[in-house]
Amino acid sequence: MIWMKITKAFSKRFFTIALFLAATGAATLPQYAPDYYILFFSSLFMYLISTISWATFSGTTGYISLASAAFFGIGMYITAILGEKLPFPLLILIGGFGGLLFALLAGFASLRIRGIYFAIFTLGLSEALKHLVNWWETTVEHTVGRWPISVDHMTSYYILLMILAVTLASCRLVRNSKFGLALKSIGQEEEAAVHIGINVNALKILTFAAGAFLIGATGATIATQKGYIDSSSAFDMFYSFMPALMALFGGIGTISGWILGSVFFSIMMELLQTRFPYYYMLIFGGAVVVIILFFPSGLLGAVEKWRKGGEWTE
Amino acid sequence: MRIIEGRQLTKHFGGLAAVEKVDFHLNSGEIVGLIGPNGAGKTTLFNLLSGSLAPTAGAICLKGEDITGLKPNQICKKGVARTFQLVKVFPYLSVLENVLLGSLFGMSPGPRMMDAKTEAEELLGFVALSDMRENLAKDLTIANQKRVEVARALATEPELLLLDEVMVGLNPAEVVQFTGLIKKIRDKGITVLMIEHVMKAIMGISDRIIVLHHGEKIAEGTPQEIAASQEVIKVYLGK
Repeated sequence: MIWMKITKAFSKRFFTIALFLAATGAATLPQYAPDYYILFFSSLFMYLISTISWATFSGTTGYISLASAAFFGIGMYITAILGEKLPFPLLILIGGFGGLLFALLAGFASLRIRGIYFAIFTLGLSEALKHLVNWWETTVEHTVGRWPISVDHMTSYYILLMILAVTLASCRLVRNSKFGLALKSIGQEEEAAVHIGINVNALKILTFAAGAFLIGATGATIATQKGYIDSSSAFDMFYSFMPALMALFGGIGTISGWILGSVFFSIMMELLQTRFPYYYMLIFGGAVVVIILFFPSGLLGAVEKWRKGGEWTE
Repeated sequence: MRIIEGRQLTKHFGGLAAVEKVDFHLNSGEIVGLIGPNGAGKTTLFNLLSGSLAPTAGAICLKGEDITGLKPNQICKKGVARTFQLVKVFPYLSVLENVLLGSLFGMSPGPRMMDAKTEAEELLGFVALSDMRENLAKDLTIANQKRVEVARALATEPELLLLDEVMVGLNPAEVVQFTGLIKKIRDKGITVLMIEHVMKAIMGISDRIIVLHHGEKIAEGTPQEIAASQEVIKVYLGK
């Protein structure tokens, strides 16, 4: 009992120290690190933001959204279209609101849809948006793709870091409030949740839309690091599947699990992409299969089990 | 005083009339039993009252206010709470959290976290589950999960409690305990409408009984009147 208290106190202290170190490291990194690392960390922040936003809604309520790519693509396109006309901070805000608006529409349209149908609906919706943009570019504008404005990498890095800080703080705030408990109850027994006075529809749509805002703003920011975007790269399904995969891999139940999954996957992708550019997708796919088979409760779940002296796998 | 009143309540599922022109009312402070053979429309009637389903026709008045067509969360805030035929606890939340959610969201304006916690703890004492408050709800026996549901419903501070077969699957000792619990709930001033198949239990505690058959109300009266009714005996036993 005392031992447990000590380890608990220690891990709490450890967490604070780790958070402080990570924050200082992240804040000072561009001062000494080469451009390559700034770009790597920018993409890590992007995955962290999308995974935490995704999991706060989908991981908790069980409504698996595959619409992240749509929010992301909307943000990117806003920077590409309005980049010359508006100041950068405003673009980020508009990118966020673009994602939010789309999420509100998708949310209202899918109120009655549950389970796997919600996943299919959101996947279809983002694919439809991708093809709509492509259709518009080919038939109306007769030119495919765009060149977003470019901003120096250090600026976009710091903006992504700020969005990440906002994401983490708001996620923790929600999860520690009564609404965090209500989101869990929706995932476990929605019928009962609505019968004890929880406005289930409002809570679902608002959480979904808040996540979409953050992902949209991220898309608007990271667009400045890409020289060229078109509908298939901006609305790539990859952006929808990665958050789900990362959260599942790290452990769907906790923020630490989501962070762990994002960091692990980002590093793995980067290593594979640079070391094995030709076999990257092959190895990556194989790794995902192995992970799902052997860590069904996520990396964090496996560690918990190992610490409790239980079996390694389910 | 009439707390709730249904007028010509009707619910059709396609060609099936699950509830057909049912008129009924409950007086404040009563325990009323709702009985009838399987498929009589009892649970459908509950779903209409709690807002799970919107009626095809007819109206529901709560203390004189028309609440027809309101959503379950709105009806809950107006003072109607329910339990479910198949228990619907939040399996991976603790027993305390299950009840806490009821007090946090069941009333408007919502109470502060500390007050809600105190209330939830009190209610767990009331349903005799204090020892298990840290357990996950899924680890409890069915009888205890039903207590969690009752406590969670009470946490929303209802004036009317709808109990859907809370005693099914309980052993005789548990039935006796639950009967005592329901009386205690009534003594708090809460009106109770209960669906039950355990005849002995419902005959013992109900002030009045309403009998449904094929969606229609075929009888209503005191337990003695219902037990003696030829119509009811015919429905239950055949002629």
